[in-house]
Amino acid sequence: MPVSVTSSKVIFDALKKCDVRLISALPETWLVHLIRMADDDPDMVLVRLAKEEEGVGVSAGAHFAGVKSAMLMQNHGFLASINGIVSFAYLYKIPLLMVISYRGSFGERDPWQTQGGNVTEALLRAMGIPYSVLDSIESVEKRIRQAQALAESSLQPVALLLTRDLMWEE
Amino acid sequence: MLRLDCLRAVYPDLEKCLVVTIMGATAAELHSLGHRPNFFYLQHAMGLASSTGLGLALSLPDQKIVVFDGDGSLLMNLGSLSTMARYQPKNLFHVVFDNESLLSVGGFPTATSTGTDLEGIARAAGIPAVRTVRTLEDFKTAVKNALHTSQLTTIVAKVEPTGPAGYVTDLSLVENRFQFRRYIQSLKRQ
Repeated sequence: MPVSVTSSKVIFDALKKCDVRLISALPETWLVHLIRMADDDPDMVLVRLAKEEEGVGVSAGAHFAGVKSAMLMQNHGFLASINGIVSFAYLYKIPLLMVISYRGSFGERDPWQTQGGNVTEALLRAMGIPYSVLDSIESVEKRIRQAQALAESSLQPVALLLTRDLMWEE
Repeated sequence: MLRLDCLRAVYPDLEKCLVVTIMGATAAELHSLGHRPNFFYLQHAMGLASSTGLGLALSLPDQKIVVFDGDGSLLMNLGSLSTMARYQPKNLFHVVFDNESLLSVGGFPTATSTGTDLEGIARAAGIPAVRTVRTLEDFKTAVKNALHTSQLTTIVAKVEPTGPAGYVTDLSLVENRFQFRRYIQSLKRQ
């Protein structure tokens, strides 16, 4: 499976460097190494979800407890989380660091991913969620650090979109 | 059995716990008994009270976390039972007030009114201790047992579909949230 182990490691290490200690996740192809790294790390709590919206509640609970967290999901998982983001994270000023695999964009070969790709950025903008598209490994660590800082200072959701160029090697 | 009587009966036992409630009648009734800084009322985002309890329980293993859920909310996030069961935090106690109704939005019957069995679903999801209670005495006993055991527990409390006249309290949502977090941080400094 040509998912980039190198990029996954840079992302995971950057999250740890920001003091993220809890990751909620729902598996998808591009996230496979990231989830394994979280699972293998004794200092990381990995919460495998049934549906991504649960992660909003889990992250809110972690925030109340003083634990920094991140949500790993596919963009379709972001779509499935929208009510939780609006009526929990925004309503109660909860910081969310959302790390989202950006399926259905340029280069996508799976027909079933394409509609989600069409609407992802438009929805992020409509919801007022600051986001950054991660497409080169050099900028990953800094962007994750900046996104985490903004989520904590603004007490709101912030998104990072993991692109094919970053996550897929072929 | 009335939910308000249940909450009143266990109110003293909640003093040392972190409490998360669902929206509407459950939040308003607990608040009416006397707000405490360790109570967080999730006034929207139906289904996520149990997920919030899970995030708290995994992050604060030495604190007892109590979630007051409802049939309508839990039915919106049944997957949460499987996620809780997967991690089985010993410090998480999940109470589901089942009035077979979406009371706070007009009293529409939920699927528990036509036979859906939340106790059975919770057990089949893998929650290690599950029980349905129908009387106040049984509720009190079940809560006391759950608070003094180290096992993830779900109690389904069958209650009447009645609630207070209104649901808005004088506690702003954001004030509640900051107060709750500050309370938890103060525990860590002790």
